[in-house]
Amino acid sequence: MREITMLEAIREALRNELQRDQSVFMMGENIGPHGSVFKQTLGFWEEFGDDRIRDTPISESACVGAAIGAAICGMRPVIDLMYLDFFPVAMDQIVNQAAKLKYMSGGQLRAPIVLRSCFGAFKADGPHHSQSFYSWFIHTPGLKVVIPSTPYDAKGLLIGAIRDNDPVIYLEHKALYKFKGLVPEEEYTIPLGKAEIKRKGEDVTTVATGFMVHKALEVADEAANEGISVEVIDPRTLWPLDKETILRSVEKTGRFVIIDEGYGPCGFGAEVASLVAEEAFDYLDAPIKRVYSHHVPIPFSPVMKDFVIPGKDRILEAVRSIT
Amino acid sequence: MKICKEEKVELYTMMLKMRIFEEKVSQMYREGHIPGFIHLYIGEEAVAAGFCGILREGDYVVSTHRGHAHCILRGADLGKLMAEICGRATGYCKGRGGSMHIFAPEVGFLGTSGIVGGSIPMAVGVALQAKLQRTGQISVSFFGDGASNNGTFHESLNLAALWKLPIIFVCENNLYASSVSTIRSTSVKDIAVRGTSYDMPGTIADGMDVLDVHEKALEAVNRARSGEGPTLIECKTYRFHGHTEGDPGLDYRTKQELKKWREKDPIQKMKKLLVSEKIIDEKGLSELEHWLKAKIEESAVFALESPYPKPEEALSKL
Repeated sequence: MREITMLEAIREALRNELQRDQSVFMMGENIGPHGSVFKQTLGFWEEFGDDRIRDTPISESACVGAAIGAAICGMRPVIDLMYLDFFPVAMDQIVNQAAKLKYMSGGQLRAPIVLRSCFGAFKADGPHHSQSFYSWFIHTPGLKVVIPSTPYDAKGLLIGAIRDNDPVIYLEHKALYKFKGLVPEEEYTIPLGKAEIKRKGEDVTTVATGFMVHKALEVADEAANEGISVEVIDPRTLWPLDKETILRSVEKTGRFVIIDEGYGPCGFGAEVASLVAEEAFDYLDAPIKRVYSHHVPIPFSPVMKDFVIPGKDRILEAVRSIT
Repeated sequence: MKICKEEKVELYTMMLKMRIFEEKVSQMYREGHIPGFIHLYIGEEAVAAGFCGILREGDYVVSTHRGHAHCILRGADLGKLMAEICGRATGYCKGRGGSMHIFAPEVGFLGTSGIVGGSIPMAVGVALQAKLQRTGQISVSFFGDGASNNGTFHESLNLAALWKLPIIFVCENNLYASSVSTIRSTSVKDIAVRGTSYDMPGTIADGMDVLDVHEKALEAVNRARSGEGPTLIECKTYRFHGHTEGDPGLDYRTKQELKKWREKDPIQKMKKLLVSEKIIDEKGLSELEHWLKAKIEESAVFALESPYPKPEEALSKL
């Protein structure tokens, strides 16, 4: 094990699979000589060639659709859509084609594609480059949604996603690319659909995703000074969701806060909150609290952006309000 | 183009099979056996049938909401096709897809589609895979005039030409996207010219003449197989029924126009040719028709005798 950044972990996962399996190839804008917008594919074009590391025109629909076509014929395309914000440009291909192929073909066809991009609010990327609407894809039957929060998770989950036989959306929070953590040099997978308790606690269960996991951990440190023991669960796979880990935790603590960078209405947080209310009602000693981004486009100016997305203060306030 | 007698009979037989099948589907729809919408190919048979005999096992065809004929072209089991249209458990997709979402990969048919233009990119992907893995396969994407105005059409043609993919784009221009005519929707008179925008040949075929389609198809298939890249073929054709069954198609078309096109019926045209060239006589034609009707009747009986899926199968793991 050695310490590497999440970016390096992603690169290792991709390289591992490209080397191991000739049917794996990548398509996306700027992934070739440029090495991708955040350098996720640095050196790949030189190593694997133009066929397998394919720069594409700005044709998201055609590229996602082409990935689907290649996948149903036995290949494993990994598509880089650059920013989650650009997924809607290919929405029909994702939601009506990829997500539904296995089901509506009665199981005759499968599309093992991975759709990757960065997501989330960071620096001053503005309304079209800062979004977190992964809940749209959770809402769509037939898609898996994966969000790592550590380098270790990033590598194992990405290898797992590429080896999965169905469409997976794999999202990389921009603020975490430089985050360091211990990662094995050898290949390993993390099963999709398995959460991890990032920090054990006794008084409050929190569920957080992506960058919010780190904010939740910082809040847990501060709360500890106030005598509140916070458990932080990272679902890692948002769908299919590891309900058991979350419900067992609420059974133990009786208090629940969900922290999500997406919006409140119909967000991932809304789903998990409902789940806990439905299936752990008897264990709850306080109302469920949700902390989410205010329901406005993510503004450009950093002070406003920081106001909109969940900050430590709001998270701590939510924890305090039920303990 | 030299084409032997047997091939002419094959083309005719394929068109007639498609026609009889679609007419049976129409009848079953009127009798209440088919849930949902159906979009029939009656009148357009020369387009799909034109590809008969030149596609190989392993080649893939991707189609539209009006796709039963393309499925038949690929040699689909008529019983499983009919059963799927009727929502039965024995259908190709176990009743989950229906007319607009039929997949028969075992015969190289990668689907009808409920989204106009939605499956064109997938056809490009099949061709991309064929090129990357050097399989020698080709991909044929059928779509209508409506789809040629959709973003996916433009993106797909650009990509296919850029990467020189073994694909044929076949635009079945039947002059109407549902009720909207090409005059009111399409900025060019001949969709084939759009091939030039994407640096590929754009050919026009008489979509009511199976021999003309066959000739253009063969050229395009040879181009694709020899690595020369994609072709756009615009087939000028016409559907005799409305957009869907139940739509007479007369509030946006005139009876005169319909009559004019019915006089160009591709099956009648080919029938006359077979008789005039003494390839097959009236008796032979009659026997062929009876034989095909019996086959299609069989498929209808199979479908109607098949069970519906159990309701809970909607959630069963595949």
